[in-house]
Amino acid sequence: MPDPRILDELRRALPADALITAEDAVRPFETDGLTAIRERPWAVALPENTAQVRTAMRICREHDVPIVTRGAGTGLSGGARPLKDGLLLVLSKMNRITEIDLDACTATVEPGVTNLSISQAVREHGLFYAPDPSSQIACSIGGNVAENSGGVHCLKYGLTVHNVLGLRVQTYEGDELVLGGKGLETPGLDLMAAMIGSEGMLGVVTEVIVKLLPLPLAKRVLLAAFDDLQDAGDAVGAIIAEGIVPAGLEMMDSPAIRAAEDFARAGYPRDAAAILLCELDGTEQQVAADCDRVEAVLAAHRGRVRVAADETAQERLWKGRKSAFPAMGRIAPDYYCMDGTIPRGELGRVLGDIARLAEDYRLQVANVFHAGDGNLHPLILYDANQPGELERAEALGGRILALCVEVGGTVTGEHGVGMEKLDSMCVQFDAGELAQFHRLKAAFDPAGKMNPGKAVPTLARCSELGGMHVHGGQVPHPELERF
Amino acid sequence: MDRAEDLVAEVAESRRHGRTLSIVGHGSKAALGAPAGDARLCTTDHVGILDYRPQELVVTARAGTPLDELADVVASEGQLLPFDPPRFAGKGTLGGAIASGLSGPARPWRGSVRDALLGVEIVNGLGERLRFGGSVMKNVAGYDVSRLMAGARGTLGLMLSASVRLLPRPAVEETFARRCAADEAFELCRDWLRRPLPISATCHAGGVLHVRLAGSGGEVASARAAMDLPEPGDDGLWDSVRDHSHGFFDEAPALTRVSLPRGAAYPAAVGDRALVEWGGCQAWWRSAPGGDALPPGALVRSFSGAVAVHATDATAKYAARLKTAFDPDGLFNPGLPV
Repeated sequence: MPDPRILDELRRALPADALITAEDAVRPFETDGLTAIRERPWAVALPENTAQVRTAMRICREHDVPIVTRGAGTGLSGGARPLKDGLLLVLSKMNRITEIDLDACTATVEPGVTNLSISQAVREHGLFYAPDPSSQIACSIGGNVAENSGGVHCLKYGLTVHNVLGLRVQTYEGDELVLGGKGLETPGLDLMAAMIGSEGMLGVVTEVIVKLLPLPLAKRVLLAAFDDLQDAGDAVGAIIAEGIVPAGLEMMDSPAIRAAEDFARAGYPRDAAAILLCELDGTEQQVAADCDRVEAVLAAHRGRVRVAADETAQERLWKGRKSAFPAMGRIAPDYYCMDGTIPRGELGRVLGDIARLAEDYRLQVANVFHAGDGNLHPLILYDANQPGELERAEALGGRILALCVEVGGTVTGEHGVGMEKLDSMCVQFDAGELAQFHRLKAAFDPAGKMNPGKAVPTLARCSELGGMHVHGGQVPHPELERF
Repeated sequence: MDRAEDLVAEVAESRRHGRTLSIVGHGSKAALGAPAGDARLCTTDHVGILDYRPQELVVTARAGTPLDELADVVASEGQLLPFDPPRFAGKGTLGGAIASGLSGPARPWRGSVRDALLGVEIVNGLGERLRFGGSVMKNVAGYDVSRLMAGARGTLGLMLSASVRLLPRPAVEETFARRCAADEAFELCRDWLRRPLPISATCHAGGVLHVRLAGSGGEVASARAAMDLPEPGDDGLWDSVRDHSHGFFDEAPALTRVSLPRGAAYPAAVGDRALVEWGGCQAWWRSAPGGDALPPGALVRSFSGAVAVHATDATAKYAARLKTAFDPDGLFNPGLPV
């Protein structure tokens, strides 16, 4: 435990209410969105500006205290889980939009600004910020940068990495990095690429310049119901092969449809094996043309298609999708949300394999996911009060992620590794690759004090797991049957 | 042809003998500055498309695969390389395009090399063969090493293969023009940035603003009318700008590349000595302009990449450390700035 005198030093350097140490006051910060993993932080600092961030970081550096950065705490992989001997740097008070530049179509914001508030602030100018993770009402842009967040519309508009033009980053050593800007290209190594998605392991982001896009003029939302999951999966690839990039393309399977319908009354067909929600946007002409083509593709895959008549009907269709997670809370006491990504062409096969695995583990799985970019969110339903169910759910989750890697995908599409998927990282990367990650981290943080223990497992941890490495798509013991 | 094992062996051999390496393809981008390695490591035989399933909108190919071939293959499925990199008389390769980080005329609308890059296989300076990223759109497992390779000019490692995202080719893509001075062209581009228009390229040179529009036929026609582009344009212009075969580049003794902020006002230094593309975000100068004539936030560098006007900050220290993290003995491309 760090010397209590360090707390005195922090208290003197920061405003009166910017440091929290009382046991009951730090409790709300014990966990992020992954509530199964928690730890009481040694101290919580809530700086109001970059100068205070730098001051807190300097004091930590002088006493070798590790730092965990946190935004709104909505992350789903335990990336912001605090340390019992570390400072939790909470940036939620840094929530100002400092500039909206209508010439450059950019917004310069502090890291604690919520994702949705950017789009709200620029809507009157006919602009928006494209990435829209489902937690957008609460999650902050600093966290979006740390996780390279996606959302429903990233098939067409890209991830955070495609929509951030500049960053200001504070390193543990006390340097300020000014990366990118309002232009498109900067010389030298692309340090910003390394920073985005680095889960708070390389530095603290204190300013973000985001790109704003003109709001599309027109939008259509289609619902297609299928009697067969495979048909729905195939229709997804067929839409893309047709040369159409929808703004959103989401899929739900039968358990998810029924739960969402009971919860939100979105008008989903309760008897369908799967539904696809497809959103098209652009100019009126483009949307009308695309809509006809998508309808034809869906019909050719035996989908029963309905086009939302107006904006109210569109919102109703989306409401079911957006309430799918809370809806699960009504049919099972607990659920565990996975986040693997697979090639679109493998959708049908992988969904079938997941169903078989679920049977083996005697658990129910509901699938709600970003079909257009192959990003699965299998929800494993369980009851933590039943002995052994949590462990079975976690084991099943691990098997599902290994399956994603096996078909050429990844263990996390948008939620990050955090604490949660450290073991799955051993499946996706071999020792050389993990060591390269550790060297990259050391280039920015040689002391290893930024968010230690997250995102990249130690080689020792992986070898204790049995060193299961997949390379070139070859799993060890290919003779063994894997579901 | 798969020459990966030979290339890995060459790296290991050079490392044993303390010999540095210059990674080269067909030399199409020699003007960017040549590395000064003791020996050459040539990727031109390491060619071939490894995986291309059109419905995935992704292609994976070996580093030496010619861009011409790659572009033809994806075009036959109605798709395109969004970053449309310079091909320089058919000599450009996929590996070279990624390493140089040069993107073509559609860059502001369809993204850069880095934006399209999904995964790489590299050999680092320890002679290890490593894979990062993959062939799926969304992937946040580990640091984004793939995108770090874009524009790194081979200083971090030898690229063996890469997966890049593709886009469907629009139904119609047509070029239109209007005569206007540079200041008016900047004004127009800034206005267009705020409107949902189907632009896929702009270029102002010699008193003419060319604009390429992409989409359905009706969409292109109505955008043309709304944007007041009365004259027909030259569809062949874009390849010539991309590959520097346009007449403008013939007369350039010292070519300077300028990165301007989005929506920047007309910089007085432009005059008729510049070719401005990317909706005003990239200008090519025939000779080095005075830095004081540029708007704040502009970056100037010679075509070979050296920074002429750029605030120095701490980034150089971290870039140097990153280089060491990937290539501790300084094996790859000595002499190129990191």
